[in-house]
Amino acid sequence: MAQEKKSSSALGDRLRENGMLLALVAIVALFSVLLAYQGKTFLQPQNITNIFLQNGHVIILALGMLLVIVSGHIDLSVGSVAAFTGAVAAYLTVNLGLPFYVVIPLTLIVGGCIGAVQGYWVAFWRIPSFIVTLAGMMVFRGATMWMLGGQNIGPFPKEFQAISSGFLPDLTGIGQPHGLTVILVVLAIGAQFWLGFRARARDAEFGIEPEPMALFMGRTVLIAAATAFVGYQLAYLKGLPNVLVVLIVLTVLYAFFTENTTMGRRIYAVGGNEKAAKLSGINSDRLVFACFVNMGVLAALAGMMVTARLNSATPKAGTGFELDAIASVFIGGASMTGGSGKIVGVVIGALIMGVMNMGMSIMGIGIDYQQMIKGLVLLAAVIFDVYNKAK
Amino acid sequence: MTALLEMRGISKVFPGVRALDNVSLSVQPGEIHAICGENGAGKSTLMKVLSGVYPFGSYEGDIIYDGETLACRNIRDSEARGIIIIHQELALVPLLSIAENLFLGNEVAKNGVINWGEAYQRTEGLLKKVGLNELPTTKVEKLGVGKQQLIEIAKALAKDVRLLILDEPTAALQENDSQKLLDLMLELKAQGVTQIIISHKLNEISRVADRITVIRDGASVSTMDKHEITEDRIIRDMVGRDMAHRYPERTPNPGPVLMEVAGWNVWHTEQAERQIIKDVSFNVKKGEIVGIAGLMGTGRTELAMSIFGKSYGQGHKGSIKMHGVEVDVSTVPKAVKAGIAYVTEDRKGLGLILEEPIVKNITLANLAGVAMRGVLDKRRETRVAEGYRKQLAIRTPGVQQKVVNLSGGNQQKVVLSKWLFTEPEVLILDEPTRGIDVGAKFEIYTIMKELAEQGRSIVMISSEMPELLGMCDRIYVMNEGRIVGELDRAEASQEKIMALILKGEGKAA
Repeated sequence: MAQEKKSSSALGDRLRENGMLLALVAIVALFSVLLAYQGKTFLQPQNITNIFLQNGHVIILALGMLLVIVSGHIDLSVGSVAAFTGAVAAYLTVNLGLPFYVVIPLTLIVGGCIGAVQGYWVAFWRIPSFIVTLAGMMVFRGATMWMLGGQNIGPFPKEFQAISSGFLPDLTGIGQPHGLTVILVVLAIGAQFWLGFRARARDAEFGIEPEPMALFMGRTVLIAAATAFVGYQLAYLKGLPNVLVVLIVLTVLYAFFTENTTMGRRIYAVGGNEKAAKLSGINSDRLVFACFVNMGVLAALAGMMVTARLNSATPKAGTGFELDAIASVFIGGASMTGGSGKIVGVVIGALIMGVMNMGMSIMGIGIDYQQMIKGLVLLAAVIFDVYNKAK
Repeated sequence: MTALLEMRGISKVFPGVRALDNVSLSVQPGEIHAICGENGAGKSTLMKVLSGVYPFGSYEGDIIYDGETLACRNIRDSEARGIIIIHQELALVPLLSIAENLFLGNEVAKNGVINWGEAYQRTEGLLKKVGLNELPTTKVEKLGVGKQQLIEIAKALAKDVRLLILDEPTAALQENDSQKLLDLMLELKAQGVTQIIISHKLNEISRVADRITVIRDGASVSTMDKHEITEDRIIRDMVGRDMAHRYPERTPNPGPVLMEVAGWNVWHTEQAERQIIKDVSFNVKKGEIVGIAGLMGTGRTELAMSIFGKSYGQGHKGSIKMHGVEVDVSTVPKAVKAGIAYVTEDRKGLGLILEEPIVKNITLANLAGVAMRGVLDKRRETRVAEGYRKQLAIRTPGVQQKVVNLSGGNQQKVVLSKWLFTEPEVLILDEPTRGIDVGAKFEIYTIMKELAEQGRSIVMISSEMPELLGMCDRIYVMNEGRIVGELDRAEASQEKIMALILKGEGKAA
């Protein structure tokens, strides 16, 4: 009896991940059907490309936000920091005429320094992160306005714009379909199956109760089909957008970091039970500090992406980004109190938000209703989690 | 004279434990009645039954109060009858003023609007009664522990107390504050307030108490009048039980001295002037099990944690040698590197990450041991965890199980595994069998025995004297931050330990 209950808790975690994926699929299907009634096609190449282009910054911010939230903190300043670093990048590029390969690292360093300053107060002085980053939110919003003098800076040279609007060059020279994209998509699908079966084999070896074969195959085939579909669509448009490449690389990197490195493990331990982690010899202050530095760097990356996409730095850029990122993390299944949450969940969470934004916009639903619906989805996701845990 | 309070045949059962077994207590009006007993004897449980924390119906037996049966559903009910309990951990709101605290939940108000003038006036009266010279508007956090204790009593007086229960009221107090408190108790007695004091400080009891009831293993052993009270009799009544548990047979074979702590001094983490560990020196030999006895709050945990990476306190002074060489233990990683491991008494709060699986908990203190250049080898990690699961017989379907689902004994084995994986030479076990059922206790003892036979040294901190006597080669007795004695296995007995503790108490007074 006791054993039954326990194994269900392990399966419960899996159920949630699969549930998230199903929710994403369901939302995509819903919009496809609704838009078909309006005589529009939801899943067309331009829309698919746009989902990534228009939400890339949210996913990137959410990756960093997950680590911050897992460590038991929050960062409200990322929207303002993204705006500020975007302005810095614009100033360096347009006003000083520096080339993009100098501007990009320099801006990332500025972001890292901002994260370090905030992290310093949070980690070493134990000032609540809510306060520190709320202050940061105001300070860097103001700093953005000051930097821009109330005006927009732009436009940018092509190389800088390519950060957001560029596509991977077709090294194979086929052109249509985009050869490199096809190769990468095939590799990606192969990797999904290979990694999936390897993880299964390992689970069996570790004595983890394996997921039913049908569920595993169903999911893997579904993801593979989605990948193939998206890849097919992209290959007949312009190929893989740079943003998508950056997103995939970062997602894989952060997933590996959180699940397979000692440092990643320690961050979860600090969020799970800081006192126990400390007594186990883990330097929690330094880890929290590192999470904020990382967040600053990713905020700078997101800031540059948005600036490049809009082709100008504006004082209002990045407003509300922090809330989108935080919502993605919680929709993705992270716990308010820290210590749990997965990168894959967060990316799916951000995609759910992104797909809903786009679908509702195409349908012509007003921004007023959009906000209300997004808010209710966030609430529903977290209620679902809490209910699941209480059960 | 009829008794104000008569508790008859009280029994209280928790799942798996009989906390109170047919306890009787009779308190006369206007007396100060002391309740003595070892840690875990059931004193606090008895008071919780009386004050309605455990509601009427959740225990067996009768409580006759003021001539009628007392049937409290909660603390509010008992307070309405004038029974007020002051717990060891003070229940004041530090950021509120004295006046606000005194009338918290009982405000001087009409239709929800507080009459501050009257509240302050009454506060001044109450403060005078308990001998405190403070403004009613002073925030409670500005007061020391001693004064806060007096505020608690004033709070009780604000509620028309008839029976005041004080649970170890002087445990956290300095000597002169304790004296003030005891004086106040006598004064209240003169005003007709009946009081029950829970304490194991003999000098205090003999000063204020009119009668003493000794509780042991959840049963009342004896009640004596003031003129009958002798130290010997209390000690005998407190500890005089049979060896209830069994211990694995072992033939101690200690080697040379492995760890030596000398002249160790530590001050309180927040209150820099309060010294918690006072000039403590002790040693452990290779393969030896050494016990540290003492009552709760005497600084045993603080001693262990201060040695383990200065995890407790400030201003550490003294030296720690391993194999005769002084080592640096200023951080947890350094202490671990020096070969020291500390298994906490607070398993859930300080030992485990409850929502994580067994495997992640076991490797937490030595992640480098299952990683290459910062990348975890999960296969090796699982093998390590599986190894400990078999070695320590952790009962679970698999090491991927979250530890929150395990029983206390199995959780303790996970914590032990975590520290064994750091390959320590000295293991400090703080209350290793607390909250564990009898069968699992024996398993833990057996693990300790095997570790000692492997040549590891064990320092065992425990409040349960029989287990110290059953397991240890030597026992140090601690009291109020000092080591007050050292007993060999052959000469150690519960009476001797208790005598050392109580004499230490006398010395400090």
